[in-house]
Amino acid sequence: MNGTETHTLVATVADHPGVLTRVASLFRRRGFNIASLAVGHSEEPGYSRMTIAVEGSAEEVKQCEKQLYKLVEVVSVRNLTGAPAVTRELAMIKVRVKATERPGLAEITDIFRGEIVDVSKSSMIVQMTGAQSKIDRFLDVITEYPIEEISRTGVIAIARDDVGPRNGRARG
Amino acid sequence: MSAINGQSTNGSTATPKTPRTGGEVVCDAMLAAGVDVIFGMPGGASLPFYDSLYHYQDRIRHVLIRHEQAAGFAANGYARATGKVGVATSTSGPGATNMVTCMANDIMDSVGVVYITGQVARPAIGSDAFQEADVTGISIPITKHSYLVMDVDDLPRVMSEAFHLASTGRPGPVHVDIPKDVFLETTTETAPDQVNLRGYRPSKVGNARMVRKAAEVINAAERPIIMAGHGIDISGAADELLQLATRGSIPVVSTLHGVGTFPETHPLSFGMLGMHGLAYANFSMRQTDCIIGLGTRFDDRAVGKEDEFGPGAKVVHIDIDPAEIGKVLETDVPIVGDLKLTLQKLLPLIESRDRTPWLDQMNGWRRDHPSLKIPDSPDSVLPQEVVRAIYDISGGEARVIADVGQNQMWASQHFWYERPRMFFSAGGLGPMGYALPAAMGVKLADESQDVWCVTGDGGLLINIQEFNTLAAEGINVKVAVLNNAHLGMIRQWQEFFYEGRYMGAFLDNPDFAKVAQAFGLHGVGTSSRDEMHDAIAMAHEYDGPVVLDLHVDRVENVYPMIVPGTGVNSVIEDPR
Ligand SMILES: Cc1ncc(C[n+]2csc(CCOP(=O)(O)OP(=O)(O)O)c2C)c(N)n1
Ligand SMILES: [Mg+2]
Repeated sequence: MNGTETHTLVATVADHPGVLTRVASLFRRRGFNIASLAVGHSEEPGYSRMTIAVEGSAEEVKQCEKQLYKLVEVVSVRNLTGAPAVTRELAMIKVRVKATERPGLAEITDIFRGEIVDVSKSSMIVQMTGAQSKIDRFLDVITEYPIEEISRTGVIAIARDDVGPRNGRARG
Repeated sequence: MSAINGQSTNGSTATPKTPRTGGEVVCDAMLAAGVDVIFGMPGGASLPFYDSLYHYQDRIRHVLIRHEQAAGFAANGYARATGKVGVATSTSGPGATNMVTCMANDIMDSVGVVYITGQVARPAIGSDAFQEADVTGISIPITKHSYLVMDVDDLPRVMSEAFHLASTGRPGPVHVDIPKDVFLETTTETAPDQVNLRGYRPSKVGNARMVRKAAEVINAAERPIIMAGHGIDISGAADELLQLATRGSIPVVSTLHGVGTFPETHPLSFGMLGMHGLAYANFSMRQTDCIIGLGTRFDDRAVGKEDEFGPGAKVVHIDIDPAEIGKVLETDVPIVGDLKLTLQKLLPLIESRDRTPWLDQMNGWRRDHPSLKIPDSPDSVLPQEVVRAIYDISGGEARVIADVGQNQMWASQHFWYERPRMFFSAGGLGPMGYALPAAMGVKLADESQDVWCVTGDGGLLINIQEFNTLAAEGINVKVAVLNNAHLGMIRQWQEFFYEGRYMGAFLDNPDFAKVAQAFGLHGVGTSSRDEMHDAIAMAHEYDGPVVLDLHVDRVENVYPMIVPGTGVNSVIEDPR
């Protein structure tokens, strides 16, 4: 019952100034833990989609969803945890490598279906897309290389079509 | 006026629309919402709005309060007494930050108030201009919604949304921050015929299947109890509550804000529960097999220790806010919906049942634990006696606004409220200083009602400047100061839980009667029982505001009391 795990919530929100502050303020105030938050345009002009990875027990996350719903600018919230969904993250990793080490890193990158997007005399930038776990595994494998910088987008998620009925929209 | 016409003729492009200033748009929106009183204080950023108020003074009464906190509390009182939206206004920066406590109070108590604050002109925003503060940044976590209006063309829509949001669903404060230049600019836009907010669709009638399940659970219960909350009042469901209780012979206890939603002299009424609730109300929560929570959020001051609260009881919870359901108690029958509409669906399914054994048990507790007995006190007047005297002299017909602390508990206990909107108090946030300004709002909501402000000496001092507003505006509020020369509730806690190490509990008070007189009010002070009765009778008759400085016992405690962190098993009852 009380097991903490990471849940993926996808919210459609009106594209108003301050809406991010409202969501962030809600999470802070109610003590919900955000693991990552990604925001971008949705398919509908005037609305953005937020993918929020939140850590907590099932009950805590349920309460979190209900509280999100109460924000006037939040149009819908879906919890995609355990539901058929595609989740992806993009990471860019700048690695300090000597010229002689380049082939080794390129090989690992290739195995993980990443891409070398930039090379300089002393470093390479790897771009990696995929499930969060894949990026984590890649980072584990390349620990022998000194990592200079990592930038990750946080996950974004989209439900597959066979997902059940949408969450209710009741709110107070 | 123009907005009202504008709203109804909206869509007909033939008639040219009259341009209105931002300030006029706000005034028209108030009138469209049926609100004709605004509480506030002007300042640089809101002066253009005051110029509009000047032109609307035949239709909107502006009440100049003497501290913006009083504007917010007065608007809260007005809203709670009318069921409409209250409106408070201030200038930018310090004026707006003075109302922050009020917003936090409204959101806790689900009270619909629209706050109009001036903001520095748009070009100055973000430049640390004179009297600039990021008040929408401050108000986000303590409002239902907020707006910073950067374009006057948005203002008609924003204002109608603000009134809609404040008053529908679970009511709450809405903050509209308007830059000085937006008040001045004109627009030909009008409010849309209907508010359309995709992300805001409060539910109406509860789910039919759940309503049937609720009826099954209630009908099967041997020892059900109704816990009546503020939602009954907000939804106007007092009649439905009465029918539910009488049809099923189900006893009723209430929360602090539920006081009066069920007639307190009714045999099925068992008073208020909670930390300072009546012992028998709390005992019944230990034994019940079915808690029917109606428009309550199961606040910790009402519930106490959760595992002693209806252990093993089935929980039926009806509330309009889905986030409240399952938040505190595990719920067997969750119903999200408006109480009045949902109870109307539930009522026909409730079997009329004889529950004499259960009622006998409860009445036994009522007999053996008479929480409302006032002990003899030859040497001092007890504060409870004051509340009783107001009850007797007003024939139970006064609207009572209590402050925070011991006075609040005595005012809730020793008066029998027969209807909703008779007892007002700041429950969730508990800000001292609420009662006097809130009483002004309650009085202006309906001047035909007698209004008594029952306050502690400490709480009075927090907004005592409003004596000036009472006098200047002739607001006929009777103020009874339960003057115990202490922050009484603090003194009580230090006596009970800190072995009498009193720290910051004693008050070196001024002569409140003289203070009142200096403000031009009728002020009377006394410490004698007879004079106390006479003074209350005088105030009741007197046509105008009166302040009674009633010197009561200095060390009287509020009983019963459930020690925080424990449950009803460890209730402290009056030892006398
Ligand atoms: C603004 C604010 N400050 C502090 C408190 C904490 N507090 C709660 S009750 C109380 C004492 C109130 O004293 P008084 O107004 O004299 O009422 P009494 O308890 O004596 O009836 C205090 C200080 C509060 N509730 N609100
Ligand atoms: Mg006191």
